[in-house]
Amino acid sequence: MRIAIPMNDKNLDAEVCPSFGRAPYFLFYNSVTKESEFLDNAAAASQGGAGVRAAQVIADYGVKALIAPRCGENAEKVLSNAEVLIYQSIPGSAQENIEALLAERLHLLTEIHPGFHGKQGV
Amino acid sequence: MKIAVLSGKGGTGKTLVSVNLAAVADKAVYIDCDVEEPNGYLFFKPTSIDTKKVTVQMPYAKAELCNGCRKCVNFCKFNALAYIANQLIVFDKVCHSCGGCALLCPKKAIFEKEKEIAEIQKGVSGNVTVITGILKVGELSGVPVIKMLLDVQDADNELTLIDCPPGSACIVMESIQDADYCILVAEPTLFGAHNLKMVHELATLFHKPHGVVLNKCLDGQNPSEELCRQEDIKILGEIPYDEVLGLLNSKALIAVRENDKYNKLFDSLLQTVIKEAQHETVVNS
Ligand code: SF4
Ligand code: SF4
Repeated sequence: MRIAIPMNDKNLDAEVCPSFGRAPYFLFYNSVTKESEFLDNAAAASQGGAGVRAAQVIADYGVKALIAPRCGENAEKVLSNAEVLIYQSIPGSAQENIEALLAERLHLLTEIHPGFHGKQGV
Repeated sequence: MKIAVLSGKGGTGKTLVSVNLAAVADKAVYIDCDVEEPNGYLFFKPTSIDTKKVTVQMPYAKAELCNGCRKCVNFCKFNALAYIANQLIVFDKVCHSCGGCALLCPKKAIFEKEKEIAEIQKGVSGNVTVITGILKVGELSGVPVIKMLLDVQDADNELTLIDCPPGSACIVMESIQDADYCILVAEPTLFGAHNLKMVHELATLFHKPHGVVLNKCLDGQNPSEELCRQEDIKILGEIPYDEVLGLLNSKALIAVRENDKYNKLFDSLLQTVIKEAQHETVVNS
């Protein structure tokens, strides 16, 4: 299974980034091969719709589970259409979150925020 | 002559100033550009209302024509499109209706449909023509509405008061674009001075001649007034803080139509503004 996590740093010991669409990097982790890969998030700097763009990338990577602290409604729509499950991250590193997910200790994210959509000034 | 009234945040008296200046003039047009929360019409209670809908073009794809090449998804710089599970999804609230995707699609699979985003109401209240823009709930960009609002009344030689949205975002820039003069309304607090600074920068950036109306003035310190002196910004007038005005305001009554004192106050403010604006036009031309 492929897992994705928004990250502040390209490091499994780094913490999960509080923002999904505007995270600087994404970690893709393959739970079978235990391989990890980091990708620069091209959407991070976009004017608007960062969540949509980021979710498209996640879906294109064939990810089955996203671990994130929060998610906006547009991104959620893309992800649910792509059948990606969104799990609420716990405080701690990416590694700890992956272990928690595999041990079935993470919960599905239930709160979806309406997002800002460039409302702050664009 | 077009006069824009702005302030760094809501509740500073922007509507009070623009409504009363329009009402005190012999004849004026009042345009409420605060499309998210228009409230000028509550004071004017205009009649013979003429309503116009504001629509934008929203793209949608015909699935049977789309081959999933994703050219549109990669093209849209607003990221309003996603292609998931063999289907193109359009995010209406992110889309800026630029029409680019429909032009670009090699399969001509993208069509456009009209979507109503706002309503423009035009009515009359005594000597004032009242034009109000009302954004639909959930619509996030008022910019196209502002464009249309300012076009409703094209008579350039009429005195027009533009009640701008609060803040200094792009919707405010759109509102002041055609203005001949900007009135900045400021409260006598530190926070008020901070907000004044923001709108002052905006007016300066757009090379708009401008002056300040100090609202809610009490005796004692006024950080906004100090800022004006420091930065050499013209003070057009002061509106004292008093209960009578507060009461009229809370009943949504127009002060200049109810009370002689305020009629004189706003009348002299209007004369000052017109003189300033004309002076600036002469200097600049
Ligand atoms: S550009 Fe046209 S054909 Fe290509 S994905 Fe978009 S809608 Fe489909
Ligand atoms: S109309 Fe413009 S903003 Fe809207 S989806 Fe198409 S390309 Fe993007």
